[in-house]
Amino acid sequence: MTFQDIAAIFIVLAPGLAAVIAGLGQRVLGDKGSMALTTTLVVSAAALAGYLFFDQVFGSHGEAGNHAHTIILSRWFNVGTFIADWAIRLDSLSVTMLFVVTSVSALVHIYSIGYMHEDPHRARFFAYLSLFTFAMLMLVTADNFLQLFFGWEGVGLASYLLIGFWYKKPSANDAAIKAFVVNRVGDFGFALGIMALVFMIQPAAGVDYSKFHIAEFSSIKFDTVFAVIAQNAPVTPVGMIDAIPIQDVTFDFLWLHVWGLEAAGVLLFIGAMGKSAQFFLHTWLPDAMEGPTPVSALIHAATMVTAGVFLVCRCSYLYEHTVVAANMITIIGAVTCFFAATVGLAQNDIKRVVAYSTCSQLGYMFFAAGLGAYQASMFHLFTHAFFKALLFLSAGAVIHGMHHEQDMRNMGGLRKKMPLTWAMMLIGTLALTGVGIPGIEGLNLGFAGFFSKDAIIESSFASHDAFAPLAFWLSIGAAFLTSFYSWRLMFMTFEGKTRADHHTYDHAHDPPMVMAVPLLLLAVGAVLAGGVFYNAMVDHHQAAFWGDAIFTGAGNEVLHARHEVPMWVKLAPAICWVSGLFFAIIFYLVFPSVPRRMARNGGPMHSFLSHKWYFDEIYHFIFVKGAAGLGDLLWKADKKIIDGVGPDGVTSVARVGAGGLSKLHTGYIFHYAFVILLSAVIFVAFVLLNQGR
Amino acid sequence: MTGSMILTVTIFLPMVGALLILALRIVGGAALAASASKPIAILSSVATLVVSLIALSQFDASKAGYQLVDFAPWFGGSSYKLGVDGLAISLVILTTALMPLCILQSIKSIEDRIGEYLIAFLLLETLMIGVFCAMDLVLFYVFFEGGLIPMFLIIGVWGGKNKLYAAFKFFLYTLLGSLLLLAALVYMSIVAGTTDIPTLQEGINPQTGALLFPPEVQTWLWLAFFASFAVKLPMWPVHTWLPDAHVEAPTAGSVVLAAVLLKMGGYGFLRFSLPMFPEASHLFQPLMFGLSVIAIVYASLVAFRQTDIKKLVAYSSVAHMGFVTLGIFSFNEAGIQGAIFQMISHGIISGALFFSVGVIYDRMHTREIAFYGGLVHRMPVYAALFMLFSMANVGLPGTSGFVGEILTMVGGFQASTWAAAGAALGVILSAVYMLTLYRRTVFGEMTNEKLFDINDLTGLEFFILGLLAISALGLGVFPSMIFDLTKASAMEVLRMVGQ
Repeated sequence: MTFQDIAAIFIVLAPGLAAVIAGLGQRVLGDKGSMALTTTLVVSAAALAGYLFFDQVFGSHGEAGNHAHTIILSRWFNVGTFIADWAIRLDSLSVTMLFVVTSVSALVHIYSIGYMHEDPHRARFFAYLSLFTFAMLMLVTADNFLQLFFGWEGVGLASYLLIGFWYKKPSANDAAIKAFVVNRVGDFGFALGIMALVFMIQPAAGVDYSKFHIAEFSSIKFDTVFAVIAQNAPVTPVGMIDAIPIQDVTFDFLWLHVWGLEAAGVLLFIGAMGKSAQFFLHTWLPDAMEGPTPVSALIHAATMVTAGVFLVCRCSYLYEHTVVAANMITIIGAVTCFFAATVGLAQNDIKRVVAYSTCSQLGYMFFAAGLGAYQASMFHLFTHAFFKALLFLSAGAVIHGMHHEQDMRNMGGLRKKMPLTWAMMLIGTLALTGVGIPGIEGLNLGFAGFFSKDAIIESSFASHDAFAPLAFWLSIGAAFLTSFYSWRLMFMTFEGKTRADHHTYDHAHDPPMVMAVPLLLLAVGAVLAGGVFYNAMVDHHQAAFWGDAIFTGAGNEVLHARHEVPMWVKLAPAICWVSGLFFAIIFYLVFPSVPRRMARNGGPMHSFLSHKWYFDEIYHFIFVKGAAGLGDLLWKADKKIIDGVGPDGVTSVARVGAGGLSKLHTGYIFHYAFVILLSAVIFVAFVLLNQGR
Repeated sequence: MTGSMILTVTIFLPMVGALLILALRIVGGAALAASASKPIAILSSVATLVVSLIALSQFDASKAGYQLVDFAPWFGGSSYKLGVDGLAISLVILTTALMPLCILQSIKSIEDRIGEYLIAFLLLETLMIGVFCAMDLVLFYVFFEGGLIPMFLIIGVWGGKNKLYAAFKFFLYTLLGSLLLLAALVYMSIVAGTTDIPTLQEGINPQTGALLFPPEVQTWLWLAFFASFAVKLPMWPVHTWLPDAHVEAPTAGSVVLAAVLLKMGGYGFLRFSLPMFPEASHLFQPLMFGLSVIAIVYASLVAFRQTDIKKLVAYSSVAHMGFVTLGIFSFNEAGIQGAIFQMISHGIISGALFFSVGVIYDRMHTREIAFYGGLVHRMPVYAALFMLFSMANVGLPGTSGFVGEILTMVGGFQASTWAAAGAALGVILSAVYMLTLYRRTVFGEMTNEKLFDINDLTGLEFFILGLLAISALGLGVFPSMIFDLTKASAMEVLRMVGQ
């Protein structure tokens, strides 16, 4: 076992251990002990993950680039070809995620020491945070779909517990359940996707799979699944006889006759839509802001919600061989990035603005992956983690300094009161809106989002996919809207005359050191994460860096082609953020009465946006009321129809026969014993009568 | 008598305890019986567990077929023949392991006629173990039907307000099933000339080599067995006795009912219907899939609307047993292994859930969801464990609930994508009803004044729930403990059903 292996095992298991000890031993450890323990272990994990990551980026990875390396911990499933291990798979994808997850988590742990210092249940809070970290790490280091699913649902559980952390609040409870259930809707797809894979990927008789570099044939291990798909190996799906190349497999799914890989791709993506809050399944994310703000930063911005993106990139081997599924990802991603940005315009809760922004940025990552630019997608995931965590934690600092005020209409003028928070928020905004100097080859000057978002926008222009133009134009529109709502947030919170009451405003203050330091470190990430890793992740060294973790098909040149886009495309994002800033200045600094009047007068457009396109209302009507009504109806069926015809009907007949209730009550046991006895007698009689035969 | 005695000992040890209590009752009167019955019951159930574990250690999981066989001739073509395969022994261990916990719980919460209660319980244990060990159809029938009497008494005597209605319903449904089963059994023993289960499973007349039961006969026999097992399991639409029985039964009665008695239905399908009537089983696969999916979706929706905690958990049981039939009738390794696992796992989880309900019922004497709320403020340990069991019940990966559900669905998918998709809907719905229940009882403000001085778990309750929590997690992380045990018997079933 090498040092890397031991480090990886420690990184993954230490937060789990921390969660268990802090969770079970709260009374013994006390609040301070629990916080110290969890924070120390997660920070150590982050340090080791940093080492692994930088080694992966800057170390020598030879000709072929980085290779996957798997540490097996123990066997989990072993039923037929349904074989899965508890394992830690180390490749560039998982190591990048290890670094993102542990570093943001460590900073959030530290920040929470300050943010939660008045909360009586701090020990539980930290146990949950560490539990989340553990589940997320299991997710990203899985070497099979099932362990991934374990982490997937594990982060869902942690998210549920943390959204509902203040369990006295009905709204927090509602939001927690909503998050879990909507995620389950996605998991419905995910689980069916796994089933579809198991159905298809069955060994064909007489085929030597070691030829395809498959050591142990498993229908759910990445090694087997991806090797089979990439090499178009023959398989024999359940119930079929011939060996069929995997890419030609078709089967009947419900009423459809489908291509196997397309079906699996679409189903798995439905899972990703739930976890990453994409269009149709996005409704839980804004509500999830009911949880404490550090949670929003860690789970609902930087890490958990990106799990869907990670899944799609992890399955590049699959999606490179699909058309329908990949197009679906592009469309959903593009629509989400635009839709969420429009809704972000009309929100007044500071956290909800950032939440919709997250939703929108996830859309960027998805359509990039759908178009085959997985590297750009992962790069944006990477940079986004830092600047969005920064934005959330800064928003948390504002809320903390303003006595839990979240409505921006009651803020304003805070720059003087909390200059550090303002500066941090500003850096986050610059990174999110993608500020940088475009168009000059070799000069890497800009904030993190500049590099990653521009890479995505350029890729969408360069791609030849059918829906690439849709993605391109929607993403341009979204970039403008992003800039507008981000600056709106900045101006409404920090500039102008304050709208807060005297008391709150006078006591507004910058956060204490323990919260400020994580902000500063994230700010470093928001500034540097783009420029420093641009080369390794999406430019010259990307092939060597990603190695065999990401697969790009023969015809997929999108990452190279994006260098050839015309100048106006390269300048377009810059024009977007400048014009967004311009309009924000007009509306929120120069004529702040205009938007207020617009909001007051309503109008269909405003209410459409502030009601978030009416998704919640429609879903509530169809699903919540529908399920409740159906449940009541079926329950009545149980009582009236089944029981009415069955036992109760018999009872009433029996009552008439027996002439009253009292007689009926006396003798059940004797009836019963009688029946048993009678049946025994009948049986023995029959057997004895037939003995001679 | 020839062969290993160990199964006989396992079966009759609890009965010895029961007889001892009965003797004390007759000789020394009710007071002596009540005080002496507790140590006797604990001792005999623990001893049974120990013996069953010794049996497990002698069991060779790598071999197919029945082991530890005990044989004595009886009458006609029937014999006293015991034996276990991996399927049977895992259910035996489930029974013997849960029994001491049930008895410990009962001793604390049953106040009325405890001696008689424990006699009924120990008898029930004997009969339940007997069901899983019987290798003769008549012997099976005796244990299978006999088990209903103590259960009937437990509900009818120690039950709640509507115990007579519930006991009556329980009686009526099972009567329907058992009469048909009896008729089929008589026919089979006449035609085959034997009631030896392995012989019947092979389905071939040893003398002539002809098929024992031609397909059209199989259809009728299958339906007769189905009537009995479907009621037991229970399957939609013959499930309505279960919620009533659970609601009225005392806590330990509910635990045994959910954890072990329901499993007899699934066991019956695997032991009899599939091996003995393979053609008919294939014929009825669509019916079974349909009923399984209806059970899963229907029961989940109904569970969502319940106002009584026990009813909710009971409906949830119906839904979870739907996965068992789905897995069994998918006729593949994943499905059958998953079904067996789901039975064990449901035994642990539903047992734990009923114990959990019992904890607050013992304190407040009501099962109304609306009565509770905010329990976490006074009972944090209870809240944590109840959360864990809720999550296991919704099939969170890492708990045993997930293993059974995913495998049965994987198996089901291979036979019918409709069935798998329908079952997967249940996975969404289970989250809805379970989290809603948790939210309404445990989370929120504590507003009901009667709850203000409710106490957290006692040492005993913590011990019971803690053990079950460890089991649910342990099997979720290392399910191979069960797979290795049951693989050979799952493959045997598949061989006999012709897949």
